[in-house]
Formats: sequence, structure tokens, C-alpha cells
Amino acid sequence: MSAQPESVAEISEGLRAVGYLPGQSTALVSYLATRLGKPVLVEGPAGVGKTELAKSLSRYLDRRLVRLQCYEGLDEAKALYEWNYRKQLLRIQSESEEAGWSEVQDDIFSDEFLLPRPLMTAIATEDPVVLLIDEIDKTDQEFEAMLLELLSDFQISIPELGVIEARTQPVVLLTSNNTRELTEALKRRCLYLWLDYPSLEHELQIVKLHTPELSDTVARKLVEIVQMVRDLDLKKPPSIAESIDWARALLLLGADDIDSDLFLETMSIIVKHRTDLDTVAERVGVQLGGLAGATRSASTG
Amino acid sequence: MPPAPQARAEPAPPGLPARLLELAEELRAEGVAVGTSELLDAFSALGEVSWAQRPEVKEALAATLAKSSEDRRIFDLVFERFFFRAPEAEALEHDISEQDAELDAGGAQIDLAQLRERIAQAIREGDDAALRDLARLAIAAFGRQGEGSGVIGVDVQRIRRALELRSGDARTREPQAVARGEALELPREALRRFEAHLRRELERDAIERAKRLPPSRPLNELDRALPSGPLQDLAAVHRVVAQLKRRLATQGHSARGRRKHQTVDVRRTMRASLQTGGVPVVLKWRPRRPRRPEIYVLCDVSTSVTSASVFFLSVLHALHDNFRKMRSFVFIERISEVTEIFERERSFKAVSEAIGRDAGVADVSGYTDYGRVWTEFIASVEDDLHPRATVIVLGDARTNGRDPRADVFAQVAEKAGRTFWLNPEPRLYWNYGDSVIAAYERHCRAFECWTTGQLEEFVKALTRTSPGD
Repeated sequence: MSAQPESVAEISEGLRAVGYLPGQSTALVSYLATRLGKPVLVEGPAGVGKTELAKSLSRYLDRRLVRLQCYEGLDEAKALYEWNYRKQLLRIQSESEEAGWSEVQDDIFSDEFLLPRPLMTAIATEDPVVLLIDEIDKTDQEFEAMLLELLSDFQISIPELGVIEARTQPVVLLTSNNTRELTEALKRRCLYLWLDYPSLEHELQIVKLHTPELSDTVARKLVEIVQMVRDLDLKKPPSIAESIDWARALLLLGADDIDSDLFLETMSIIVKHRTDLDTVAERVGVQLGGLAGATRSASTG
Repeated sequence: MPPAPQARAEPAPPGLPARLLELAEELRAEGVAVGTSELLDAFSALGEVSWAQRPEVKEALAATLAKSSEDRRIFDLVFERFFFRAPEAEALEHDISEQDAELDAGGAQIDLAQLRERIAQAIREGDDAALRDLARLAIAAFGRQGEGSGVIGVDVQRIRRALELRSGDARTREPQAVARGEALELPREALRRFEAHLRRELERDAIERAKRLPPSRPLNELDRALPSGPLQDLAAVHRVVAQLKRRLATQGHSARGRRKHQTVDVRRTMRASLQTGGVPVVLKWRPRRPRRPEIYVLCDVSTSVTSASVFFLSVLHALHDNFRKMRSFVFIERISEVTEIFERERSFKAVSEAIGRDAGVADVSGYTDYGRVWTEFIASVEDDLHPRATVIVLGDARTNGRDPRADVFAQVAEKAGRTFWLNPEPRLYWNYGDSVIAAYERHCRAFECWTTGQLEEFVKALTRTSPGD
């Protein structure tokens, strides 16, 4: 059976146990989502752990994660269901002699010839799942409209077959990078969660959770640098996943301090744009160099 | 079915639904779309959280009422204002004041070092309630040293300085420094929190003294406005441009998806028909090409509207793929073409500098001379203007008393297919003083354009595919 959290503290604790460190609002909204059965719209810049939240929730609630990655041109045949027309053709050909038309017609539009796609899978399974509709802002408005029925009533209408109702109630998360304004109708059906880059202390905890072996001083310095880099005007600011990657890399290299040389060698882990690399090397590298010089002169003096 | 909400731990306090409706009203007044369904959600969400926890109540309301990051920011402000003012109004009604609380009496004896130590401790422990009390103590302690300035912002800073609280540099944070009697360095966030407490307590004092609430200010739209001063945060501008560009890109695609007035793509239909044994069951359509107008942009870069102009130009140039041809001009007293600057420079900052340095548009006085601008413009592009061209002017139409020469502008508008005027001033100020927008408005469509939202709407209208094109 899947767990059902009883309080905000419990879900916060549970998420922490599966390696996700929720902020206060994140824990609260996740709790409300499980209690009220409403979908959650998660917005925020890239790389703050929107998708990760869904994965962690599925691990914590011990439910299967059904993921629908949205992209431009995604339509209902790929998201909801499709008729397996090859099988339908075979069915018609194999029995066209004896069976009447009406029987065959009834027959070929039945469950057997239906190919469930992620959204349908999510509501038709026996065990409740976590449904992740990723990057909903990549689709067009028509697709959003199609989702409305599913999100508010947890049912899907198939013209040939009737209404398919949910057997179990999924926990639904929709993520968006805010590249376009979502429709009011969709927002109205969702709880809203705005995820932003975490504060310094919070990110430090996250990094420590994932690389407990890293020494405190290096971890703190790493997070401070990452926050400094995020303040610059970059094409792609470093995400949380990237700071964790960086922490792992430093661990592998056995670093016990981050000086400007080490930073310049490893910064490609957190900065992934050529022009950004130049900016960061210039701004942060110099600062680190100056700092190292200062401490060196302090220690000699 | 969602799990039925359990019997509530406490009966809802009387009047809470009414309070919540008032909050919703305030939110609506600030432009947050709060519908009935949102309110119902808010009520059911409140049934799930504990009443005693202020942050939980706040987050639960935010999750159900504020549905975008901008709304969320407004919500935070309104929530603070509302739930700060609500108890204050109540207290005034019942004539309760905190003046005689023992806290204030304590303020007379407490000495600074001790206070500082306790603030540091409260911040380290993250104890918000204690911080609030300490803020009261600090105010009381400084109240007797002399009169406050009466301006809350000034008083907050005065108290902070007297306490020698400083926002610590991230690298040299050292809470032990207090023990050595040095200035107390705090993480910037913690300090901000303490300042917020100070501010609120000072406001409360002011209300208690005056026995009435100050009028609630609407959060104006200014911080969402286009940059108006030259020194505004360029990174923020940059982000807005990037966002606009992405949004407009997707907008173009959705226009292409519409199936009206479309022609069948025979080749793709035939290929698709192979799946159904050669019967063309599914028709494939030719994608529609979006309208790609030819654009001439004229931007006023005199000091009053420079930033808005350069910002607008950067947006258009970021979108140059959407236009068949685009030429940009800037003007003050005369005009100068800046198309290559935008082709050469990528960053907003470099463009602003290049325009300031190279354009050479100010001749003598530095005041805009619209009449001369039209004459020069029509001389330089007369042969290129044709009915498929679009002319966009961005300026405040303030002629500084010079001849507007609307007749020359009319010639321009006549030659071009469409003419738009973007005015970075709110419509309220149009035609006041030396603004002569009315003279030009006869020949073109004028838009007010002083927020990013308005700009976005305009650019959308510009790139929208219109039938018959």
C-alpha cells in the first residue's frame, strides 16, 4: 500500500529520507496535493528540482511514476490513447465472412484495441501512481484544453467508447519553465508552487545530503561560489543538480580547498556556455585569486 | 475521489470566511485574478493545515490563490499588509495598546551589548517570535535617546546602525566577533528579517500614537514598468527580453497550427494514405507561413525615453527572424540609422553604449525636434516605403514647443502600410504640456507602452498573422 502522509512535517521528513530536501512551501503544497487530490503546477527557473520533486514524491509515496514529457506538437494520440488500427484491420479481415458489420464495429472499438498512452495509463491502473506532466509550457493551448477534463474530474472521454473514469487517484504534478503564460482555466484547477533557487543555507544542506563525505569548508565555499555565479547575468545559471555534480567531482579529485586554478579547471561542470565561461572566469576566477592571495599574505604576515 | 477532509480539529473561528473574502477582495484590487473556485480551494486547503502555524496558513493560501510568480509576489505583500492591518484595526476599535507591556519597561534598563547578543542568538536559532520582541526592545531602548525622525525607513536604519548590526560578507562571517566587542555581522537575509520586524513595530507604534490606520497604498504597477531611468538593472532587462523572445516564438507556432484557410499538402497526404491502403483518410495540411512584415522603427533617444527606446529596439532585434527586413533609426534632433549596431552587438549594455557614443543625433540643444526628424526620415527612406512596410515610432511626442509638422508625418503614414506610435507615457499624461500626440494620432494607431506586458501585447499584434496578407 502506498503511504499517506498525516502531516506536513511527516511529508517533509519522508522526502528528506529519499534524498530530496523540500523547502517549507514545497512540503506544504505536496501535503495539500496528497490530501486534496488536486494537481500541482510547479513553476520556476530550469534546474531547481521541479522534475526531481515528482520523482522523490513517487519514491516516498511508493507509487509508480508515469511521466509525460511535453513537446511542441504533442497530441492526444501520443498523450491520451490511440486506436490500434493494425489490429483493428486484422480483426475485420479475419472475421469479415461470418460476422455482421455491426458486431464487428462494436468489437473493434473496445478496450482490446485501445493503446493507452501515459495519461490514460495513469488513471486506469490498479495501484495509484504519481503522474508527471513535464514542461507543459512547451505544448500549445489546445493540448492544455484537452488536459482540463483529466485534471478536474480524472476522467477521459473517448467518443467511440464512452467515459473512462479513474480507478485510482493519481498525484499529478505539472511543471513549467514559464516560457509562456498558461491558460487561466488550467491554473484554476491546480495548486500553485513557485520553486526558486534555494537560499545559501538550504543549498548547503542539499549538497551535504548528497555528498556527506565532502568537508564542510569545501561544501560551504562551493555553495557560495555557485550562488555568486547565479548572481551574474548568465545565459544558463547553474542548477542544483550541477552544484551536486560539482561537489561529487571535487570529492573524486580529493580537493580540500577551492582555489582559482581548481575552479578554472572544473567550472565547466556548472557553466555550460562559451560566453558564460568567459564571464565567470573573469569575475569569479579573479575574486578567488584575490582571496587566495589575501589569505596567503595573511598567513605569511 | 479525494480523501474526505477529516473533522476539523477546531471549529473555524467566527468571521474567518469573511476575513478571507476581504483578503480576496484586496488581492483582486491589486489585479490578481481570484475566482470563486480558488476561494473554495483555499477553504478546503485551510482545513488541512494547522491554524496556529502562520507560515503554513500563508503557504496554503498562496498555493490556492496566487497562480503565477508575479501573483505570488503581490500575494506576499498583500498578505502581510492585510494580516498586519486586520489586528491593528481590531486593536484600535477596542482601544488596546501594547505601550504598557513589560517589554517596553525592560527597554529602559537593557544595555546595548546584551541586546546585540540576544539578537544574534535569536537569528542563529531562527526564532522569529523572539526577534519580534527584540525589535520592540530595540525601539524602546532608542526611543528614550531622543525623538525618532518620524520617517520609518530612516528610523530603521538609525536603530540598525546604533546596534552596530552589519550585513556580513559571505566569506568572512564570524558570529564570535560579538564577543570581542566588534560590530555584529549577520547574514544578509537574517538582517533583512530583523529590519522587517523593526519596520512593522515602528508602524504599529505610529498607528497607536495616531489612533488611526494610514491609508492603504495600492501596490502600484511601477516595479513592473519598463525601464525609465538609464541606470536600471540591465540583467533584469535582459531576462525580460529573453522571456519575451521565447514567448513570442511559441506564439508564432500556435498561429501556424490553426486549420482555417489551409491548403492540403498533396504529397504528405498521399504518403499518409499508405497506412490506410491508399485511401486518403487523414488529410495533411500545408503549414502556414507567419506574416513577416518589413519594419522601420524610429526611436526617440532623448533622455526622458532613452531606456524604453533601447529596450524596445533590443526586443525587436532579438526577434529579427520574424521580420523580412528591419531598419532601425534613433533620433533626438536629427535621425541616425543604427541597424548595424544591433547586428554587431549582442548585449543590451553594449548597444546602449554604442548608441550613446556613435549615433550623434543631438545637434545643438538636445531637445527632440519631431518636424526635422520626419523630414529627414522621409528623405532617407522615401523610395523604400511601400504598402507592405510597417513604421513604428516610439516617443513621448513632446516637441518642446517646436512645430510638430504633422503633415510630413501624414506623408510617411500614407506611404507605409501600417503606422504605429508607442508612447512610453501613461495615457493620462497625453496631450498635457508640450505633448502633441493628438496631432499624430490622426494618422496612425497609438498605443501606450510603459509596462513589459503592454509591450508584449504590441509585439504580438505586430507579428500576428493577419488574413489577407
